[in-house]
Order: sequence, then structure tokens, then C-alpha cells
Amino acid sequence: MRACLALALGLMLALPAVAADYAALPGGSFTSVLPADGKAAAAQVAPFRLRTEPVTNAEFLAFVKTHPEWRRDRVAGILADQRYLSHWAGAETLGGEALPRQPVTRVSWFAAQAYCESEGARLPSWYEWEYAAAADATRRDARSDPAWRENLLAWYSRPSNAPLPDVGGAPNAYGVRDITQPVWEWVDDFNALLVASDSRDQNDPDVLKFCGAGAVSLQEKENYAVLMRIAMLSALKAADTTNNMGFRCAKPE
Amino acid sequence: MKRLLPLFAMLLLLGSAQAATPLPGDSVYNLKMQLTDQDGRQQTLAERRGRPQLVTMFYTSCQMVCPMIIDSLRLTRNALDPATRAQIDLLAVSFDPARDDVATLKNYAEKRKLDARIWTLARAEPAQVRQLSGVLGLQYRQLPDGEFNHSSELILLDADGRIAARTARIGKLDPEFVEAIRKLVAQPRG
Repeated sequence: MRACLALALGLMLALPAVAADYAALPGGSFTSVLPADGKAAAAQVAPFRLRTEPVTNAEFLAFVKTHPEWRRDRVAGILADQRYLSHWAGAETLGGEALPRQPVTRVSWFAAQAYCESEGARLPSWYEWEYAAAADATRRDARSDPAWRENLLAWYSRPSNAPLPDVGGAPNAYGVRDITQPVWEWVDDFNALLVASDSRDQNDPDVLKFCGAGAVSLQEKENYAVLMRIAMLSALKAADTTNNMGFRCAKPE
Repeated sequence: MKRLLPLFAMLLLLGSAQAATPLPGDSVYNLKMQLTDQDGRQQTLAERRGRPQLVTMFYTSCQMVCPMIIDSLRLTRNALDPATRAQIDLLAVSFDPARDDVATLKNYAEKRKLDARIWTLARAEPAQVRQLSGVLGLQYRQLPDGEFNHSSELILLDADGRIAARTARIGKLDPEFVEAIRKLVAQPRG
């Protein structure tokens, strides 16, 4: 009995202090800026759950303490670059540049993936992220509203050296917070977005860089704020970290 | 619990003492990944350590570029002198684990006359396939019709799993890439 109690206590200690909140999103057919077939097909998003807030410094610190292979002084260089968590005061200390409730940034795709796995989750796909980010405070798809676009673009006017606000902004129609601001977020298939540098290359059989139907073409060109995210994600390598790239996790329904 | 800690520490020490030399941080073998080959044999990616590898990613139902990827691997290997050729292994991992099961890989190897002593055609769980594409710097995307868009490259790993060279020239020989293999194999291991 005592052994059982100790075990239960140990298990509880191993879990994050407060389990992260996930919101249920219904999914469905969704017109993405990236057509599913590279031409015009809508994306199909299965019902899923999405973390309501990005992962914070405090949460990532708890993860690093229980998964020391992800300490910045131990991680393999091929899984996270030199700047990984470099704004933290130490390998297991946040310090003044990384406040507990700020979203964690300077994390690689591999590190983000490992964190989500520790939470029994995974990274969202691009379509899941884009679908969740299409909502505003009251509507599930506010993308045709210029105000929605301006909100997305407001990110660019924020000086990159300004401290990140804490997580916990206003929820959108799904109850998801901070999805378009203040950080950009990794998605599971970041290296699947395949934007050709020149869309005129499309379907040219002489261009053998990509097998199959050729590079994906972009739709909804007026949504350039979203397209810029795709351009950014496509330019990154899985070990890269940046000042403004954080993440949140997703789970199946 | 406190009594367990020294035990853990000891186990850790034992573990590290057994590993020959520590893996370089930039080795793709830092990725924990389980491969299953065309004969159903299981192997971790890190077990490939010890010999240089020519690595690519493909899928068997691909009609366009993938047959050329396999041809290019063969062409590259054949361009090496026999002594160099004997020092390297070939590894092709599928983008499409849902359809490329062991039997399909085996069938493909037989059809394309890929000798199992030289060629490893492998599958892995989908999440690990995505991770492998991450360490190798390859891109892929599944289309609604089941086909894939993907980058096509041959990658040379040194004996410790570091990327030593790569080529995106598919369908004809890349002499610079062949030269990179020759140089790597000629180097004494340090």
C-alpha cells in the first residue's frame, strides 16, 4: 500500500504542475492557402484538440529537467542549433530574459516535437494551425474580414527586440489563445509546404527537384500574412531556432 | 527513491563506458529511429554507424522520379572502383510507410534486382520518417491521391553519420559527388 502511494506520488510529480488545457476543434473541409493537391482541392481537417496556449518557458523548463537530453548543454547539434534556449540564464534556469509565463522560443522543431510527445501530444499540422488561426473572437472563419488580416499583419510591426508578452491573450471562437501573436509556431509538417521559389517551374517535367505533381501552387494570394508564415516555415531547417518561433501541441479528438 | 539515484548514476556510467566513442553532435545517428528492411529485419538507424552510407528517401509506387533515384544510386555506386564500392552501404527509406510494407519493399527489390547485401530498403513509423527527413534536410508532402511531392537527393554519410556530401542531380551521374565518396573512403578514420 505504501509502495503504491509512493508510486502514485512519483507519477504525479513527473507530470507538469498544471495539465495543459486543450480545446476541441470540429474540423471539416477547409480552404487553405495551400491547396491539398497543389492546385485547388480543399484541405480536410479531422476533429482534433489544440492546446489553448503556446508552451511557456516555465513549462519547457519542467520538461528539460525531466528530459535532460534536451538541456541546451547536452542536446545534439543536429537536433537543435547553437542558439537553442540561449536566452535562458542557464541550462536549468530561466532568468530575467525568459519569464515563466512568456512563450518559449529558440526551440527547434525536434525539441518542440519531443516536448509534445512528453505531454501525450504531437505538433499540429499546418492545416490544423491555419484552421485554428482562421477564427477571430466570434467567428470560426474570419479570413475575409480585413480586420482579421490586419491583426495577423500587426505582428510584423512589433519590434523584434521588444520583450514577448505573457501567454493568456483573448481567446478566439474556439477558445484558443495567442495563435497569431506574439510568436510564430512550429507545425509538424513544416518541411512539407514545398513552395517553389518560382511558381513558373510548376509541372515542368525538366524540373526534377520534386517528384510527382510538381511544386504546390498558392491560393488565396490576398492572404499574404499567412503566406509569409509558409515562406518562413519552408525556409527553416528542423534544427533551427529563432527569437520568435515557439509552438503549441495538438491531440487527436 | 534516494537509494535508487546512485543506481541510476551507475547504470548511466556503465552505458557510456560501453559506447565506443561518443557520437558527434552533428551525426544523424543522434536520431532515435527504428528501421525495418525488405527482409523484415529490424535495426536502429544508429546501428548503421561504422561504414559510410549513401542514403536517399523514395517510395515504391512513385512512377516519375523515384525509379531514377534508385537508378542514380546504382549509377553512383558503379562509378566507384571496386575497393571503394566495397566500403559503402546503400540505404533507401520510404516516405510512404502506409503502403510500403515489408512485402512491398521485398517485391520492389526483386523487381529492380537490388542485392540485399548492398541495398537496404527500409520503412519506419510515420513520425520517424518525418524526423529522418528533418535531419537529412529533405522535404515531402502527401497529396490527396496518395502520391507524394518530395525532394530527390542522394546524401553521403561518413562512418559516424555526419553528412559529408549531397547531390540533387538525379538521372545522371554527378562526378563531384562520386569524387566526394572516393575522398571520404580514402581518408583514414580518425
